[in-house]
Amino acid sequence: MEAAQALADLTEISTQIKAAALFRADGSIDAATLPDGSRFVEASRSLLSAADGVRGEPLVQLEAATADGSVFIVRDGDRVVAAATGPEPTVGLVFYDLKSCLRSSAEGEEASKPKRAPKRKEPESEEAGDA
Amino acid sequence: MRRLLVLLAAAGAVLAALAFFRRGGARRERVDLYYADGSMVSLGDGPDAERLLALGRTALAAQR
Repeated sequence: MEAAQALADLTEISTQIKAAALFRADGSIDAATLPDGSRFVEASRSLLSAADGVRGEPLVQLEAATADGSVFIVRDGDRVVAAATGPEPTVGLVFYDLKSCLRSSAEGEEASKPKRAPKRKEPESEEAGDA
Repeated sequence: MRRLLVLLAAAGAVLAALAFFRRGGARRERVDLYYADGSMVSLGDGPDAERLLALGRTALAAQR
């Protein structure tokens, strides 16, 4: 599944999610529900980077809950998904949906990669057979 | 006797409402950080919380 499709499925399944973006650790955007997702992605990256510094180790997910809404970020290696919700979302459900989205996107990318042909077995040389 | 029961019921309702709103207050602004080892840190106040909440607000504003 492509990143855009994974995000479309996410927003269809989770009515709590207002906006979301799939991006890489370097900031390159795979897909976003916003016409210009760059500001949201940059802000999410800043939040993630600052949060990593709290304990001096990278975290796997976070929720920043404000009176206006929540920001969720889930990371899996190089891949990151960030989402915005309204106030008081169902936290466990949103995290579950974001992880599913991240997994779908990763699986889609793996599936779209050209597969290597299986390595041919070299025929045994006659000399080897004679020995 | 009936008036006393009404008063007790009213007092109970007030206490229940207070408990409800106090519980709601527990859902204050905060940042929850989850780590790979399964641990979680919840920041409700302090400089780290303020900084992260400000960044969270910026992210929320960016998607509007």
